[in-house]
Order: sequence, then C-alpha cells, then structure tokens
Amino acid sequence: MGDAIVSGLNGLIAGFTNLHWSNPVMILVGCVLLYLGIKKDFEPLLLVPIGFGCILVNIPLAGLMEEEGFLRIIYDAGIMTELFPLLIFVGIGAMTDFGPLLENPKIFLLGAAGQFGIFLTLALALALGFPQKDAVAIGIIGACDGPTAIYVTSKYAPHLLGAVSVAAYSYMSLVPVIQPPIMKILTTKEEKIINMGIVRKSVSKTTKILFPLVVTVIGGLIAPRGLPLLGTIMLGNLMKECGVVSRLTKAAENEIPNIVTLLLGISIGATMDGRIFLKPQTLIVLGLGFLAICLDTACGVLFGKVMKILTGGKVNPLIGAAGISAYPMSARVVQREGQKYNPKNYLLMHAMGANTGGQVGSVMAAAVMLSVLKGMGVI
Amino acid sequence: MDNFTFAITMIVVGMGGTLLTLWILSLLMSILKSAFPYKKEEENK
Repeated sequence: MGDAIVSGLNGLIAGFTNLHWSNPVMILVGCVLLYLGIKKDFEPLLLVPIGFGCILVNIPLAGLMEEEGFLRIIYDAGIMTELFPLLIFVGIGAMTDFGPLLENPKIFLLGAAGQFGIFLTLALALALGFPQKDAVAIGIIGACDGPTAIYVTSKYAPHLLGAVSVAAYSYMSLVPVIQPPIMKILTTKEEKIINMGIVRKSVSKTTKILFPLVVTVIGGLIAPRGLPLLGTIMLGNLMKECGVVSRLTKAAENEIPNIVTLLLGISIGATMDGRIFLKPQTLIVLGLGFLAICLDTACGVLFGKVMKILTGGKVNPLIGAAGISAYPMSARVVQREGQKYNPKNYLLMHAMGANTGGQVGSVMAAAVMLSVLKGMGVI
Repeated sequence: MDNFTFAITMIVVGMGGTLLTLWILSLLMSILKSAFPYKKEEENK
C-alpha cells in the first residue's frame, strides 16, 4: 500500500525530476518569443505559436513529439511533407499585387541582387565548418521568406528547422532596424534624393494573368526542383488576377493561411527541444542569418547604384534595399528613408516593385539553388 | 566535392543563375506588356 502511494506520488513529481537543464532555458526562450510577438508585435502570427510550441515541447514526459504525440502528427503531416509552407505560399501569391513590378520589369534585377546574401552566407557557413546541406539551410535565411526557409530546411537540415525559422521570422520583423544604417552608409547624399517620379498604370489585365503562367513555366524549366515553391505562389496570384475564382481566392487569403500558420508555428516550436536547440551552432546560425540579411540589403543597394549609372541617374539606389522578400515592410522602409532626405520623394510604388521582385527573386534563388545542388549530386 | 569548389559553384552558378533567370523574366514581361498594352476601358469591366 505504501509503495503504491509512493509510486503514485512519484508520478506527480516525475515532470520535475526529469527536467534537463536545457528545458527551463528553452521555456524562457519560448516566453521571450511570446513577448516579442505579443508586446513588440514582431510577426505575432508566427512567433506566438512558435513560442508556445517551444514551451510545450520542453515540458518533459508529455510525449508531444513522440510517435503518437499530437505535435509529431502535425509535424509529420505538414512539415516533413513540405505541405504547410506550400499552402502558405498559395496565400502569399493571392495577397500580392505584382502590378508595380510589371510597370517596370527591369526592377526584377533588384529582386535578384537582393538574394546574393543567400549564396555569400552559404559560403561563409561552409568556411565555418558547417556541412554542405546545413550551409544551404543557413544561407536560405537570407531569402527573408519564412515558407521558403522552412521548405528548404525541413528537407535538407531538419535539425536546424527551429533555429532557421526563428531567425527568418525574427529578422524579417527587424528589417526596419537592420536596413536603414546600411542604406545610409552605401549611398551618397545626391543618390538619396533622386526623385523617380510617379508610377503610371500601364499593365493590362491580360499581362497580369499571363505573368504567373510565364514565371511558372520558364522558372520551372530552368529550376525544376523549386517548382513546388514557384508553382504555389503563382497559382495564388493567378487565382487573384483572373478574378473568376473569388471563393478560392478568399479561402487562399484567409482560412487556409490562418489554419496552416497556426499548425506550422506550433510544429516549428515543437522542434525546439532544449537538447537539440541549445548548442553553440544555434547561436552561429542566428548570427549568420543576421549577416545574410545585411548582405542582401547591401547587395541590393549596390546593384541599385549600378542601375542608376546604367539608366543615367533615373533609379534611386535606395530602392535596391527593397529587393528582399520582406513584403511590404521593406518597401515602407525605403519610402520612409527616401523622404527623410527628400520630403517630396515618393519611392513607395517603385520600392513595392522591387519588393515584389524580391518575392519572386527569393523563390527563384531557392529554386536555382536546389536545382544546382541536384545537378552537383549533393541532393 | 570539396567545400571550396562547392562554395564557388554555388556563388557563381547560383547568383548568376538567379540573375539570368530574372533578367529573362523581365524581358518576357516587357514583351508581354508590348503585346498586350494597357487599355483604360479594360479596368472598368
């Protein structure tokens, strides 16, 4: 009888006695993510479920990530299959207006330059001793695009998923803090005040409908390994632009991403078990992710300077900073910074073009990277 | 494949491939814009 009572009591204190030192640390990390999401409004749609998932998975003996645990079921169904990021991409495509990009197609090139940080960071990660696939997952933080980062990392370095996801979403929120100093340093006073004029509406509905089809086919033929990413974002955009499937478009903009974001966030948080997450390499991953976004911004602005020269001074290099996928935050940062130096300068629509170019650019960069890796036999 | 070769290949082919692909897309978009010019009446439909 006494033994039974002691055994029963042991069952109630087992959670405490099985705590690893890393568990309370990660519970605190989860609380920090919740604070950032709730109080500071840093990407709350992701950081709140990620933070809570992190807390859940660091309470021992709950079995949430074991074979029949509910978080494991969600993780296997949506992350391991890459389904969740792809469904979110349909929604992103449905919510994006590529009109400003199509008004001035050469802005696409800024979307390309804004991805150079991915490849430079990949090289740096290799130099620091990370294996090749891990370096790919670290570099993709520079895509500044959550679903792309999750898609690549879950496929090739799932043990880094927690760190890469937290880095990608946290740094996206920090774009208004990260970008302005780099923009200020890399541009001259004369360049900052270049007025690009008004964006005139010049894109037909036919062009807007054909755009997603052309990008899917041509982009898919060049980089077939990235077609799931490219195809889903373009499907969403086609549904939006064709205007004849409004019910599907509304679902893609609302119900689908809302549900998937919740499940995605909580299952990413579930990968943040202290025993896996708390390693020195996690800090290095977070540091390299920060560097990736800085390099993206720098390369975008420098390419903007090249475009300024090639166009005879018509392009303000500041819009190069919007060539990343942090839409529409980065465009607003460019508008704000441009007006600091010239209050009459309205760079927003030009920056929106670069920003949407960055969205396509980040997807294309990931697609190209995956296809090159396949060609080299790494994957 | 050694890391140095891997890194250089990714930088050159990866960055170059991304730039080239988006340049091709920008050309195609310019062609489409010319082939299907904007008409104000279209927006009212």
